[in-house]
Amino acid sequence: MNLLLLILVPLATAIAVLLMPGKTQVRWAALTGAVVQLVLSGGLLMAYRAARMAGQTTQMLFEQQHKWFPGWSISFHLGVDGISVAMILLTSFVVIAGVLISWNIEKMTKEFYFLLILLSLGAYGFFMSLDLFLLFFFLEVAVIPKYLLIGIWGSGKKEYAANKLALLLMFGSALVLVGILGTYFGTDIKTFDMMSLSAIHIAPDVQKICFPLLFVGFGIFTALFPFHTWVPDGHSSAPTAGSMFLAGISMKLGGYGCLRVATALMPEGAKEYSHIIIILASIAILYGAFATMMQRDFKYINAYSSVSHCGFVLLGIGMLTKTAITGAVLQMVSHGVMTALFFAVIGMIYERTHTRQVDEMGGLLKVMPFISTVLFIVGLCSLGLPGLSGFAAEMTIFVGSWQNADAFHRIATVVACMSIVVTAVYILRAIGKVAMGPIKAANVNLTDANWYEKTAAIILVAGILAIGLAPSWLVNLVDPGADFIMQKIGVK
Amino acid sequence: MNDFLILMKPELAVTVIIFLLLFIKLGKGMSNGNMLLLIQGLLLLNFALGFVLLDEGSLFGGLYKTSLLMAFQKNLLNLGVFLISLLFADWFKKSEHLPEYFMLMLSALLGMFFLISSGNLLMFYLSLELASIPVAAMANFDLHKKISSEAAMKMILSSAFSSGILLFGISLVYGATGTISFDELPAVINGGGLQVMAFIFLFAAFAFKLSIVPFHFWTADVYQGSPAPTAAFLSVISKGAFAFIFLTALYKVFQPLHATWYNLIMVLAVVTMLVGNLFALRQQQIRRFLAFSSIAQVGFILVALLSNSPSGTTAIVYFVLIYIFSNLAAFAVAGTIESQTGKTTVNDYKGLYQSNPFLCWMMALALFSLAGVPPTAGFFGKLFLITAGAEQASYLFVIVVALNLVISLYYYLRIVRAMFMDKNEHPLPVMTVQFPVKLGLILCAAGIVLTGLISWIYDYIQLLS
Repeated sequence: MNLLLLILVPLATAIAVLLMPGKTQVRWAALTGAVVQLVLSGGLLMAYRAARMAGQTTQMLFEQQHKWFPGWSISFHLGVDGISVAMILLTSFVVIAGVLISWNIEKMTKEFYFLLILLSLGAYGFFMSLDLFLLFFFLEVAVIPKYLLIGIWGSGKKEYAANKLALLLMFGSALVLVGILGTYFGTDIKTFDMMSLSAIHIAPDVQKICFPLLFVGFGIFTALFPFHTWVPDGHSSAPTAGSMFLAGISMKLGGYGCLRVATALMPEGAKEYSHIIIILASIAILYGAFATMMQRDFKYINAYSSVSHCGFVLLGIGMLTKTAITGAVLQMVSHGVMTALFFAVIGMIYERTHTRQVDEMGGLLKVMPFISTVLFIVGLCSLGLPGLSGFAAEMTIFVGSWQNADAFHRIATVVACMSIVVTAVYILRAIGKVAMGPIKAANVNLTDANWYEKTAAIILVAGILAIGLAPSWLVNLVDPGADFIMQKIGVK
Repeated sequence: MNDFLILMKPELAVTVIIFLLLFIKLGKGMSNGNMLLLIQGLLLLNFALGFVLLDEGSLFGGLYKTSLLMAFQKNLLNLGVFLISLLFADWFKKSEHLPEYFMLMLSALLGMFFLISSGNLLMFYLSLELASIPVAAMANFDLHKKISSEAAMKMILSSAFSSGILLFGISLVYGATGTISFDELPAVINGGGLQVMAFIFLFAAFAFKLSIVPFHFWTADVYQGSPAPTAAFLSVISKGAFAFIFLTALYKVFQPLHATWYNLIMVLAVVTMLVGNLFALRQQQIRRFLAFSSIAQVGFILVALLSNSPSGTTAIVYFVLIYIFSNLAAFAVAGTIESQTGKTTVNDYKGLYQSNPFLCWMMALALFSLAGVPPTAGFFGKLFLITAGAEQASYLFVIVVALNLVISLYYYLRIVRAMFMDKNEHPLPVMTVQFPVKLGLILCAAGIVLTGLISWIYDYIQLLS
């Protein structure tokens, strides 16, 4: 399969959106593009599995490399392993749901969809890049659409949130940039190509400097404590689709970068700093959970719980065992789908009640059975109910963490496990207040979900169930990729 | 004779246009509109000519030298001047002395051509004067505005001051080494105290022209007071030309003093970036804002100078090309708004997107490119500047430079925020964007998007340097 298609289709969609005359055409153009993306990523999954079945054992499949700034040994190098395929699949799910959920956006519709599609373009490119420069390019492509989406279509303190997000993410990119340049000049082969870099041994002193730069830089994107502050503000101020993309896709860029670039290229650096990563991740998990308990705004609840959930991703990476890393990837995919759905549901409720304060809602199950049911599903997924995706992912991480036999890792695992109780508290309380109980008089005449909202929700619920009920296909998908990373870590 | 014609083709072409304009001016009866069209045509032809009949060599016993890279650099400036003639059509059509203005601009351009090609400090000094004095006159062309004459006054005084310093430096160089030829100097420079002092004086003159901190004080006032095309010319064309000759001076002539200028440049790069960025944060006037932003951009150019290798040359020439597109587009939007409504502050731009989406997108694209955000070309330009410099620098330095990227993003976003997000009951009225301005902006936008993504432009420059 030609991976270039996954960049060209969003690009063509973005251009088509710009050329469409009316708002309806814009929406349909964007939806068509999103459907094609979903089909393509589904096809990619099939092609990938078929290729592995046929016995292809190279780390990356469907590689292609084109000349691009050869003077700096940069190339347009694309390729995927199972981890990338999983992330691409996640992206296409969130994109189609995001496009559907924004169906009723009336303000500057064309610009909105253009930026949304541009954001997805950046994510696809990022997950397929096998060149550090190209990867960095796609990482930054997504910053400006995020800024504009929040600043123009957002609500509340949107300018403040947009600025904070753009500057913190830029700060993260700056660290990544220094790390990348350090890697480039730190080796004798002087290349940005990740495959060539992973084939050689990068000197330990270079790793010790560049690993923290890269890890913290990417970590900022995925709410690494104490750089998580953009997450609550950014997510809660963004429009619904913006929050879905931010939490569902953008935060995963960071996790993927931490794994693919920082850990896989610099295993010795990872070992050196794994204690610090684990401590920070545990703090994020617990702090995020407790902070969520204090929130009354529904969007803030999900935003802070994202800090907690993304902490699991970093925890899994920091544990450096194969099971934990597999779990981290599972958690990225699971949290991506789950949080996108959560934000979508919150958006649907807000559309109708015009409030996000949990205390002001109540009894919504009576008037909006569909939306409330989805809310239950997503809430239970978030607190880790078996059968839904959150359980499969977090359980894998815990098992992987426990494989480290020393006291430090065990304590960290226990601490992280404790957060599940806290999660149960805030999720059940929030859902209870929103959906159960007596209904407010003002809310009696509210309507249930529209066709586009239902479609979006069903697509994402399908994703949650697919991972939760049968995690093995995703585990098998990720497995060879995790194997290669473990090989790198294992070799001194 | 043939050598003379081919090697000096860029200079001859510009000279011919200057004389042509002079004769047309002496005759009479040509409306501003037709005149502008003619000028645009001539400048386009001039730019096209820059692609053919290229050769390398030297003339007049080494006074004048040219190479393929120099021819390319000159043609970049030609492109910039052509774009200026398109982008500021609003102002040009109102101008009372259109041909004179272009004669002055082309004279300055001619000076810059000789500057790039100079092979001797004498030639260097003469062409530097030719490149500076007409610009001071151009700064005074808003004849009814007091602030314009003030700008011209500041410009000419600071130019004179820097020329004085330069001449002193040149005489010291001659005193210390006994030669002023670029070819002979590297062999006789050995790092003696007097030579270093002479170098510092020369360096100061460059710093004035490039507005490197602490020699930047004239910049904001002149950019604000002079007519929009003059400010654009100064910030883009003039900066580009001086950056090119600075490369020759540091990499070839003063190569033996590498240890000295390396530290100097490293410190000045950081200081220039920081001062430009921090002052730009607070500016309310768009032109002053662009002035400080361009000071910060010079800081980034200095970073690449550290590389002391062809990759530095490539990165700088490439960056100047991108800078021409980005900064000219930003100045053009500001200039169009100013000439149609007289509004010049950031607050006036609030809610501009409601009334003028085209201008806003162009401005946003230009600002993103200046900030170095992909997919604009500015991203590639900035990254290669930093990469070139990073080879010879410490982690700490690279981190400081990268953090400056973040600061600069903040203030570029300020303008974007005003245009796209801030609410305004009475945004500026709908403006008519004239055809040449529109064409120019679209050319710039194409340049901003394509120059980065298409890597062969970079490869070509690399081949030359």
